[in-house]
Amino acid sequence: MAYQNLNDEDEVLFKPIYETGRGFYVLVAILVAIFLFGLGCYIRQLILGLGVTGMDEPVTWAFYIVDFVFFIGISHAGTLISAILRLSKAEWRRPITRMAEVITGIVLAIGGLHPIIDLGRPDRILHLFERGRLQSPLLWDVTSVTAYFTASTIYLYLPLIPDIALLRDRGGKLQNFYKILAWGYQGTAKQKHTLERAISILMVMVIPIAISVHTIIAWIFSMTLQPGWHSTIFGPYFVVGAIYSGIAALLIVMIVFRKAYHFEDYLKEIHFQYLGTLLLIMSLLWTYFTFAEYLTAFYGHEPEEMRVFLYKFTGGYAPFFWLMVFCNFLLPIIILSNRKLKKLPGILVASIGVVIGMWLERLIIVIPTLANPRLPYPTGIYIPSVTEISIFAAALSAFALGFMGFSKLFPLISIWEIKEGRLQSVHEVSKRLREYLPGHPEEKQVEASVKAEI
Amino acid sequence: MAKYGMVIDLNKCTSCQACVTACKLENNVQIVSPDDASEGRTMFWMKMLTLKYEGDYPNVKPKAIPRNCMQCDEPPCIKVCPVRATYKTEVGIVAQIYPQCIGCRYCMANCPYTVKVFNWYKTEQPKEVEKCDNPDVSVRPKGVVEKCTFCVHRLQIAEEKAKAEHRKLQEGDYVPACVEVCPAKAIYFGDLDDTNSDVSKASHDYRAFGLLEELGTIPKVRYLNAIE
Repeated sequence: MAYQNLNDEDEVLFKPIYETGRGFYVLVAILVAIFLFGLGCYIRQLILGLGVTGMDEPVTWAFYIVDFVFFIGISHAGTLISAILRLSKAEWRRPITRMAEVITGIVLAIGGLHPIIDLGRPDRILHLFERGRLQSPLLWDVTSVTAYFTASTIYLYLPLIPDIALLRDRGGKLQNFYKILAWGYQGTAKQKHTLERAISILMVMVIPIAISVHTIIAWIFSMTLQPGWHSTIFGPYFVVGAIYSGIAALLIVMIVFRKAYHFEDYLKEIHFQYLGTLLLIMSLLWTYFTFAEYLTAFYGHEPEEMRVFLYKFTGGYAPFFWLMVFCNFLLPIIILSNRKLKKLPGILVASIGVVIGMWLERLIIVIPTLANPRLPYPTGIYIPSVTEISIFAAALSAFALGFMGFSKLFPLISIWEIKEGRLQSVHEVSKRLREYLPGHPEEKQVEASVKAEI
Repeated sequence: MAKYGMVIDLNKCTSCQACVTACKLENNVQIVSPDDASEGRTMFWMKMLTLKYEGDYPNVKPKAIPRNCMQCDEPPCIKVCPVRATYKTEVGIVAQIYPQCIGCRYCMANCPYTVKVFNWYKTEQPKEVEKCDNPDVSVRPKGVVEKCTFCVHRLQIAEEKAKAEHRKLQEGDYVPACVEVCPAKAIYFGDLDDTNSDVSKASHDYRAFGLLEELGTIPKVRYLNAIE
């Protein structure tokens, strides 16, 4: 059945689900081609062995692990940011949370697959469950990533239920699909109360899980004895980096889909301003952590630490290191602290810079340490092979495909939350504001003045 | 229980690399193609490690030591293995279980001595070498990590032989291939807990040191410093 305009107040949000342009199909075709090429490369790797990658003797972890840390980092966009915004009752969150949660779900699935791609014997993956050793940080990682994936998909699904019910009631395509997923939601007071209660329990639960995930990924590195990894601040450093890259990815997605699906009326300048400020704060925090990490290594001047340090600052990885400093520090700070530049194009440039910079940061953490072993072995420089690059490209296109696919099934902006904002929150917020102010106005007075304003 | 260890006397070692060759043949360590070797995927369980070069060309004096697995008493590799594919046996040997390894290479990343090697491809020995394969040692499949095991198969054979002859294992019954082949008799091997053994005495020599001992790994392969 074709798209019907029901003249809903939020018709724009329903439209992408029912109407698809030609450009969409072209893009999907390109992305599927990239994905299939990467899949082919992976199958070749399965048959021939990990020799088809560029990894060698000291550098035994490379692109796949870098991408793993990077993707899991991006996943912190979603659930964590949306949970924090919900918890702090930030009203401007309403059009943002859904996209953030979708990013988390898709990116976690992609990132979680990367360690398996990296395994020499993926056929033995079940050994992790049959005879896993809980003493190994890798097992902690398996545990926390699966917990995070479960929690964040449920956290994505629950606020989706009222919207699915809306889609079901509209009729049209995939009616049975929506009927099953809507779980009989009719919007009664009791159902709404239960749903809100479940969401608030989950959003409190999801924050420590999210933080544990990236802390544990950092611990995979910092639990070793290797110079450049064995650092106590790695846990929080990785979490900060993860939230940083997550916000940047969220901003990119928001700007792209605002343009593509004409969400201008929902994602306004003010949303980008607020998120831009958050990005600026995370940029400063990240810079602080990076400075602290490298200053202690430099000041201590242990020979092994210094070899890794100099490899990053002046050696083989210097171009990447300084590009990272530019992308993660100079660029966002210049753009986001300048009122003239902090407009949509500027924020987009800064966000793309941050995502690239954070990928480089993961590269700079993983490889130089491995390339400089403690004993004086002759080492070359690691160059990724075509296989590794095309699997990375495939992962990126899988992300885009997943997001586009989602946008054709469900609304990218939470419709019921927007409606709720319109109906209830204006009143609630003005009431709350009055409570912040000095004096004890009577309840009735407040009500009266709010009504007068409206 | 015995605690096997090794002491390498650098005063006697001539860097002839007989131990390197013997190890390769004894343990069926894969001989990789020149292309792979240039990519840094050579496979050695015993390897000459050049610590430093003294003097200028042409009067260079490289200081090289034979380096196998240090068989740490506190092995960092065992700690991080997610599936117990590497473990310490009763006699202190850090052993590998190849069919259990999932190839995550975490142990390689955490070995401060970088002694572990990975099977990047399917094992394919050159035809000429195939005839020399040692039937006592399994050939590793692709995608698993391997390393020096102190020729643990020789221990098993020696133990069975001693049992058949109704006697206890004596010093010299079990020695790894590198020890056996060393023409300069520079490598001592035996029970570190037996205070009368040569290796135990050598390990307490004033010249004795362990590589990267400061990390607390307690290597059971020790060196006697070369004094000129």
